[in-house]
Amino acid sequence: MATLAPTTQWFKGAKDDYRVCGVTTLKVDMHAERLIIANAVMAVVCLVLGGIAALLIALTRWQAVHLLDATWFYRLLTLHGIDMLVAWIVFFEMAGLHFGSTALLNARHAAPKLAWTGFIMMMVGGLMANAVVLFDPKSTVAFTAYVPLKAHPLFYLSYILFAVGALITVITFFINIVVAKREGRFEGSMPLAVFGLMTAAILATYTLLEGAAAIVPAFFWSLGVLPKYDPGIYRNFFWGFGHPAQQVNLAAMVAIWYMLAQITVGIRPLNEKFSRLAFILYLFFINLGSAHHLLVDPGLTFAWKAVNTSYAMYLAVLGSMMHAFSIPAAMEVALRAKGYNKGLFGWLRNGPWNEPGFGALVMSMILFGWIGGVTGVTIGTEQINMLAHNTLRLPGHFHATVVGGTTLAFMGFTYYVIPLIFRKELKLKKWAVWQPYVYGVGSALVSLGMITSGLQGVARRNWDITFAGVVPGTVNLTLAIFGIGAIIAVIGGIMYVTIVLASILTGPRLEATNLLLVSGTNNPLLESTKLTNEQMEDKQNQPKGTLVLVFAFLVWFAVYYLSNWWLLGRTWFIK
Amino acid sequence: MLAPEKIWWKPLGRLEKTWLTVAFVWCVFLTVMMPLWYFMGKQNVPAETYRTTSADYAAKVNAFVDQYKVGEDTVNGVTLPIVEAPPGSDVYLRASTWQWFPILQFQKGETYRLHISSMDLQHGFSLQPVNINLQVLPGYDYVATIVPTTTGEFTIVCNEFCSLGHHTMIGKIIVK
Repeated sequence: MATLAPTTQWFKGAKDDYRVCGVTTLKVDMHAERLIIANAVMAVVCLVLGGIAALLIALTRWQAVHLLDATWFYRLLTLHGIDMLVAWIVFFEMAGLHFGSTALLNARHAAPKLAWTGFIMMMVGGLMANAVVLFDPKSTVAFTAYVPLKAHPLFYLSYILFAVGALITVITFFINIVVAKREGRFEGSMPLAVFGLMTAAILATYTLLEGAAAIVPAFFWSLGVLPKYDPGIYRNFFWGFGHPAQQVNLAAMVAIWYMLAQITVGIRPLNEKFSRLAFILYLFFINLGSAHHLLVDPGLTFAWKAVNTSYAMYLAVLGSMMHAFSIPAAMEVALRAKGYNKGLFGWLRNGPWNEPGFGALVMSMILFGWIGGVTGVTIGTEQINMLAHNTLRLPGHFHATVVGGTTLAFMGFTYYVIPLIFRKELKLKKWAVWQPYVYGVGSALVSLGMITSGLQGVARRNWDITFAGVVPGTVNLTLAIFGIGAIIAVIGGIMYVTIVLASILTGPRLEATNLLLVSGTNNPLLESTKLTNEQMEDKQNQPKGTLVLVFAFLVWFAVYYLSNWWLLGRTWFIK
Repeated sequence: MLAPEKIWWKPLGRLEKTWLTVAFVWCVFLTVMMPLWYFMGKQNVPAETYRTTSADYAAKVNAFVDQYKVGEDTVNGVTLPIVEAPPGSDVYLRASTWQWFPILQFQKGETYRLHISSMDLQHGFSLQPVNINLQVLPGYDYVATIVPTTTGEFTIVCNEFCSLGHHTMIGKIIVK
């Protein structure tokens, strides 16, 4: 079994700049630590900016409140997309990449200067995008900036700066891995979490290159150097960036799921092959999902759309369904091995529900899979997309994946980063216990409100849908659910930011002494190494409960999916 | 988070195999549904597209309106022609900031070749409450062969953000 800290010598002969973590016994390079902190801080700054915008635009779409005027609504909508979907998540992922390629491997950061260059470019790009959108009225072009809607050249330049900065950071991740391997920091294969982060990094590389293919011509077009830019081509390239960017989030989130499960429950993956193959499926097939955004575009054939939208044969979906089994199954086995063996779900009842990372993990998996995944596959079906394209069902889907899923997982992970990397005591622990549930319930309502509104035809990115004059009365109800959900989610967001700020700004530097924050003084990370093969294979410990859960999931999936075909069959004939 | 044991390429457990098989079968089913509906279903995404320019397309729309205009009505305070072409013919809809032009009139159960294109920005054709949604791009003449199966007045909402007046971009289709 794995040793926590290989005894290889640190950076032969050179000046040592590391500390040994008291909890994990792993070495933490100080360069990496500072990079993680910088990226995490920028992530939270962007989350705050995007969160303020979120509250205001949600209160505008909640028809009964209708807060902002049209100009500010569209402006803040643009800002919200950039700060949340790109800046918050990517900054956090960059922190994750620095963490995964150094601390998790017991290795040093091999290219800190390059990494700082990347960070500064991202920071300038991110802040510049905010400034341009806020101060240039013409740059209210929404996050997608669909050509020929033209923003200020600085808008495109800020995207380019951010993307190149991110690409540089991703490159330092690969450098770190190669150097760690050469220097013998780890033996054999990478840990599964790093494997997942590696998947994210590879996806990020071609995502960012496609982003350049979309945005660089747009930059020259906005300057007048390029006379014409075909909107169909732009859409193709943009979504070659925009959709895979969410798959980077997916891979990073799943890696963090495995880490949270290990931190809070002490799992040992049931079968490394199974989990790694699931990541490999992402790698090969998930980029085809870019076509999801082009399903009702002119100029593309059925065959092209069907093959691409289905990830060849839903093979990336298969990857997610594999993780959906393997993570809870590993948790079940670990908990059963601890003696929580009663019935099908005794292990689940006895999970550490008051541990912030566990709450975040469970809520994130439920929201991502049961709402985000199911609705995503459904509206990503070629013909069904006609019912859903550009309605509120779309943001309903991706708020479940990116907010309820990714963001919530990242928030849960932050609570462990604070003692382990920031080396500050986590304050407001009681808040941290509740925060994942508050935020999870809020984002669930946001998604459900949006999806049910979209089912009734309510358009996304629309300041006042009552102009359409066709909106049935029930839309007011579903938009109110959305608005109330947004307020709850924002309260959860404020709790998160307050916990983070209270922890890192007050109190002295304190070496972490305990892995768990609330639910005990044991160290599940160490416990996981003591799970023997006999325990893993014991008949008593098999994940029967999880199998029931995933079959229930499949039934729900089938019901939702098939009812959408039924809905489609009732509309006008079209071909 | 920890490195695996040296040899981790191991056969799958029984429950893993069960789930993998079931999940894979489901994925195959999802895949098959699309071609199945393509050949059997009556609602498919239009694929017929022609290159065009704003000027060419505008000329076609004007000729179409001149030939088949049957009346006038106001949408959003603007007076627009109502146009009804005989079943089976080509009908033209023009999207521009922030207007759908003209008002189209159809007969229930008849087939029409509905052309849609944009004069300027990207727009979204969203027919409500029928809830059919298509993307509209400038330079692309997108042809949807449609059969209205319900009667009444229907609203065309723009559901692709097309700058500040986007939400005022409303059009009308009448089915008799």
